[in-house]
Amino acid sequence: MSTQIGHDIEDADVAPVNSKEHRELYKARVKIFPKKVSGTFRRFKWLIMLVTLGIYYITPWIRWDRGPFAPDQAVLVDLDLRRFYFFGVEIWPQEFFYVGGMLIMAGIGLFLVTSVVGRAWCGYTCPQTVWVDLFLAVERVIDGDRNAQMKLDKGPWSVEKVWKRVAKHGVWLLIAVGTGGAWVFYFTDAPTLARELVNLSASSVAYSTIAVLTATTYVFGGLMREQVCTYMCPWPRVQAAMLDEDSLIVTYNDWRGEPRGKHAKKAAADQKPLGDCVDCNQCVAVCPMGIDIRDGQQLECITCALCIDACDTVMDKLGRDRGLISYATLRDYNTNTIDVPAGKPARHTDLKSMIRIRPVLYFLVWSAIGLGLVFALATRDRLDLNVLRDRNPVYTVQSDGSVRNGYTVKILNMEQTPRSFFLTIDGLEDVHLWTARGQHEPLKALIVDVPADRMKTMKIFVEMDPKNLPEERTEFQFRTFDMYGSESAITDTIFQRPE
Amino acid sequence: MAQSTDKHEKDIDELSGIDTTGHSWDGIKELNNPLPRWWVYCFYITIVWAIGYCIFYPAIPLINSATPGVLGFSTRANVEQAMVDAKAEQAGVIQKIAESELTAIRDDETLFQFAVAGGESAFKVHCSQCHGSGAAGGEGYPNLNDDTWIWGGTVEDIHWSIANGIRYDGNDETRWSEMPAFGRDGLLESDQIANVTDYIMQISGQEFDAAGAAAGEEVYLDNCAACHGDDGTGDIYSGAPNLVDAIWLYGGSRDLVYEQIVNPKHGVMPAWGHRLDPVTVKQLTIYVHALGGGE
Repeated sequence: MSTQIGHDIEDADVAPVNSKEHRELYKARVKIFPKKVSGTFRRFKWLIMLVTLGIYYITPWIRWDRGPFAPDQAVLVDLDLRRFYFFGVEIWPQEFFYVGGMLIMAGIGLFLVTSVVGRAWCGYTCPQTVWVDLFLAVERVIDGDRNAQMKLDKGPWSVEKVWKRVAKHGVWLLIAVGTGGAWVFYFTDAPTLARELVNLSASSVAYSTIAVLTATTYVFGGLMREQVCTYMCPWPRVQAAMLDEDSLIVTYNDWRGEPRGKHAKKAAADQKPLGDCVDCNQCVAVCPMGIDIRDGQQLECITCALCIDACDTVMDKLGRDRGLISYATLRDYNTNTIDVPAGKPARHTDLKSMIRIRPVLYFLVWSAIGLGLVFALATRDRLDLNVLRDRNPVYTVQSDGSVRNGYTVKILNMEQTPRSFFLTIDGLEDVHLWTARGQHEPLKALIVDVPADRMKTMKIFVEMDPKNLPEERTEFQFRTFDMYGSESAITDTIFQRPE
Repeated sequence: MAQSTDKHEKDIDELSGIDTTGHSWDGIKELNNPLPRWWVYCFYITIVWAIGYCIFYPAIPLINSATPGVLGFSTRANVEQAMVDAKAEQAGVIQKIAESELTAIRDDETLFQFAVAGGESAFKVHCSQCHGSGAAGGEGYPNLNDDTWIWGGTVEDIHWSIANGIRYDGNDETRWSEMPAFGRDGLLESDQIANVTDYIMQISGQEFDAAGAAAGEEVYLDNCAACHGDDGTGDIYSGAPNLVDAIWLYGGSRDLVYEQIVNPKHGVMPAWGHRLDPVTVKQLTIYVHALGGGE
């Protein structure tokens, strides 16, 4: 399977199965057995996995006290009542633009990250990457590392193979159920639903959602893996437009590595000195995408940077400088290709040179939207008044000749406490109003009690002597204000009399 | 034009080395590449699915129907079941409405909302043909939104009118009134009718001829006041309309009032008590009462 180059470096017998020359259009998938690797980026990826999975699984269980009239789940999408709760923020359906704004921010944030550090989203935080990483870790615990996996895969069905396969797929399915199971907790009270799920008394929607997400997690994370990124995901195609020559991408520095070769001494004796690459193929062996980074930037590369860790380990053993494979920009690479052979020091993009017009502009747009949303959120009304004028009949003439118009008035109390409001009329003289349920009394204003976090709908009649109206259609306003607070709302409408 | 080559002889494309389908379109040949395997599997799955569907669901058309499918699925049965479920869900409220007094329904928020909603849909089906979909009526058909009621505007009065009808032959308890045809039957001379018309114009606050109105007052008191009242405000017990308000069932102009005295028109409303169930009649009552004119 493998030979030793020396310095304890394993020479991996591995082909980059998804590299351009190996991947024919009609070829079936060739299994990839990525080798275990350790190093800076591997540790960073474990950390990211811990944080992202932690956020995903723990968030629905965080409690947030909103008083007796609202749920106490910090993050909740209440589809029945059409409310979205996010810690101290509650969003009604008509305020959904906040969520739209956040999605735009997420999009521009992705542009920003991509223009600076390339496909960092793909390599570290994409759920597909995180779950595949988790599934690979499970596989290594049960089947062993690359060589053991390959041996098991090629070997005949034995007792050992059967139990290992059952165990692996069983654990994968458990993870998949857990993934789908966590998702549904975002949509209803988590502790209650958890109890119902165990009692088998939860709604069929909950079970079918879990079933669908279990299937997608198991199939995408366990079976399809890199094919999801290469064939199904649009982002590898889109991100090409986000990268420029100053974006950091995982790069094989061939100006340092080539010509590659295993037998440095012999080559030196032949007057053909080799580069730093000892052609140990460790970068290929650890690649979860089945490519060879030494072929250059390619669509399949998700920039998980595990080849950097693998190569750095080898360079350390050889006593050579790290960074034969490194995060570098195209500008670094192009400059170094010319400069380094000429004896100049290598160029490395540092934090300071990452500040360029493009990411700064992305950041400014991103911040502007964010500040706009925060401002809108801080100053938004928690009271709204909607008025719908009756059109059938447009007006009613009363026995004393006065004219009555009808309106459907809705008062939205978006606070989490019950409130009382005055409802009155501006812009019409000598007018009185009453509700369809109340007695016909000439009132100037109504007192309306609206429950916490609810909308109250009333039929309101407005009556007046049409002699006071110069025009057939007169504009006026319904006005409502909190009896004990400062909030108020005004809505325009029309009063119509006969010609 | 497509032309087939000999099937036994493989036609290998020179450039790609792949066998062609053997079809040639103006010299252009199609490579016989295999279909993507996932696509082929999906295709097989759809075939299996279609067979399963034909077994379990109604699928193959026959002369008068279709194969029923072993699940016995039927959209019509689903609708019927949905109707039964909806009825069962409403049963509690309907029971309460059936048992409650009209005023009690009006005072209970839930029952009121339910009755108004149910009454509105029943109104659209049974009443809107004459009274209009907004209940604003028209000439000869009373406007139910306003505050004038020929036969009374309390919930009880409205309920009686809906259940028993107005001048409806098939019901013994129907509201009944008939204004004499003063002109057609020669009860009054035409100048007397003209004078009493002027008097009505006067008391209803419209333009009138002073001399005629003065002469008409006596005619009014002798012939009309018995039902319409000395002051012309009408009488809900005999269904005599108020003559001094701004609302006229058959029009308030001098000509139309004159015409109504000469040869009165009388509207008829069917009794709904024996056509609709009692709960629907109650819901209609609450709905009409809540249109804004209810007393």
